[in-house]
Order: sequence, then C-alpha cells, then structure tokens
Amino acid sequence: MARIIVVTSGKGGVGKTTSAAAISTGLALKGNRTVVIDFDVGLRNLDLIMGCERRVVYDLVNVIQGEAGLNQALIRDKRTENLHILPASQTRDKEALTLEGVEQVLEKLSEDYDYIVCDSPAGIERGAQLAMYFADEAIVVTNPEVSSVRDSDRILGLLASRTRRAEQGQDPVVERLLITRYNPDRVDSGDMLNLDDIQEILAIKLIGLIPESEAVLRASNSGVPVTHDEQSDAGQAYLDTVDRLLGEEKPLRFHQFEKKGFLSRIFGGGRR
Amino acid sequence: MKLLDFLKRERKKSASVAKERLQIIVAHQRSQRDQPDYMPMLERELLEVIRRYVEVDQDAINISLDSEDDCSILELNVTLPNRS
Repeated sequence: MARIIVVTSGKGGVGKTTSAAAISTGLALKGNRTVVIDFDVGLRNLDLIMGCERRVVYDLVNVIQGEAGLNQALIRDKRTENLHILPASQTRDKEALTLEGVEQVLEKLSEDYDYIVCDSPAGIERGAQLAMYFADEAIVVTNPEVSSVRDSDRILGLLASRTRRAEQGQDPVVERLLITRYNPDRVDSGDMLNLDDIQEILAIKLIGLIPESEAVLRASNSGVPVTHDEQSDAGQAYLDTVDRLLGEEKPLRFHQFEKKGFLSRIFGGGRR
Repeated sequence: MKLLDFLKRERKKSASVAKERLQIIVAHQRSQRDQPDYMPMLERELLEVIRRYVEVDQDAINISLDSEDDCSILELNVTLPNRS
C-alpha cells in the first residue's frame, strides 16, 4: 500500500509544483519507489520542473479515458532511480478527470509504489478536490503572506470535509505545513510573518521551511528539481523536509537571520 | 508632535498587522467551516426580509448554528438601530 501525499495550497504561485517535484525526488533518492502525478489538467507544469517535457506522450487523462495504459503514460525520471512522473493533459479541460478514474489509477499505482505524490492545481475547484480526495497526508504549501495563509486555511477546511477519509469517517488526513519563500531577513525587520505566527494561525504541524532562494529559479530554469542542488539552502531544506516525512527528527534550519559580523562580512558567507 | 506620530507608526510592524488581520479572518472562516452550505444564503435572505421592515446594516445580523446531542439550534441576533 502506497502512502498518498497531496501537495496543495489554494493559492497559486506559492511553490506547489516546485515542492511536489523536490519532495518526490527526495523520497526517491532515499530509495522509496515514488510516482508524482500532475493534477493540473490544462495547465501542466510538473513536466517542465522535472525536465521531462519533451518525453510526454500520454497523460493522466488518456489513462482515465482508456486511450493509453498506465505504463505507457508513466515517464521514468532520468536522474533519479525509483522515480516516475505521470503528466497532466495540456489540452483537455478539467472535466475530463473523474473520481472513479482517479481512484482506479491510484489503486493501480498503489501496488507498485511506496509513495504517490499528487501535485494539486491552485484553487478549490474540482481539480484541487480530486487531487486531495484520496490523500492520506497533505502538505499545505504556504508563503509568509496574508492571502496565502488565508487560502491555506480554506484548504484545511476542505481536507477535513471533502476527502475520502473525512466522508468515510476514517482517521483524518494528516495535515502538514510547508512554509516556502521564507526570508529571515525580512522576518527580522518585522515585515514578514514569522513561522511561529503562521503555525499559530493555521494550527498544524510544521514539516519544513524553505528559504527564499535563488536556487529555486535556477532549478526550474534547468528542469532539475532543486533537491539535486545539494549545495543550496533550498535543496537542503527540502531534503530535511523529506527526512521528517520519513519520520526522522531534523532540527529546523535556514529560519534565523544571521547578523553579518565583521569577519563574515570580510570572508563572505553569502547565500548560495 | 509629528515626530512622535512618526515614531509611533514605525513601531507597529507590518507583520504584526498581518497576524492580527489573519487571526480575525481565520477565526471567522473556521466558524463557518462546519455550517451547512445553505447558511450564507439563509443569512442573506433573512437580512432581506428584516430590511423590508427596519433599516439595518449589512453586518447587523449574526447567525449561527450550534449542534447539541440530537438537536440543532439556529441562533439569530439582529442589532436594531435606536429609534430617534
């Protein structure tokens, strides 16, 4: 039985796809058989972030409509063993996804994988609800910014009511907070919500904190998930996040503003 | 005096304003979370009916649904303006 993890947020542009790509890559690097599914039908992007856009032949909708087999649609990641990508369709509209179809695909994948990571579209409409419906765990990606936090709370409401676990009265979906684009510098100066405030408002457990980092754009530019950039702060922060998902205790990093002292100003120590 | 105002304003950082605003809006969102879907509509229509008789503000009506064991209580609070 695979663990199904949905990466969701409500608000767009907060780093869902970046996080889904980075986390699934991390899970696979740790030896877990992992598949990451793009649920954003019509606006697919996961293939770009994973760097496999030119290898997409069939997609999730093709599989659900019976036009292709699951194995034809799954793309094997070239960099990471144990990792597969199931792209979304670029041409069909979101109505092409059905609850039964998604359930069948997830059931089949469950037999062959340890982790199924669902990259949710933005919004709270059908696509987002389908992405979360069968989830065991949810990673709620949140920026330290008012609209993102509010939307995350909306998503928490949906996770508690519009999921299979909620509807069937099973244990609730495990909700975890992933704060992205965190800038300790601005937090220190009082112009950005700090992580304790965000946690207090949303009242869910923090699974990771990703600092605002130049490495993220570099990674998406080149189509290599940032997890592979092991030197970068964001890459390390995602690896920590994956370790925590796997049950390890990892102290939080990259959340403290480092006052640049005299020596470090001379000898560098800039952010990579 | 102006300098004092300036210093005072500086002290209120934007992040703490953000936090206060979020706490209010999230509390409001959560109170609506377990409500049935018809509640916003019911609230609007009730307000409409009341307004046919009394001039009240948009936010003068407060409606909540509480469940206790085997019954639900619909509580309706309307602030009427002073007759003057």
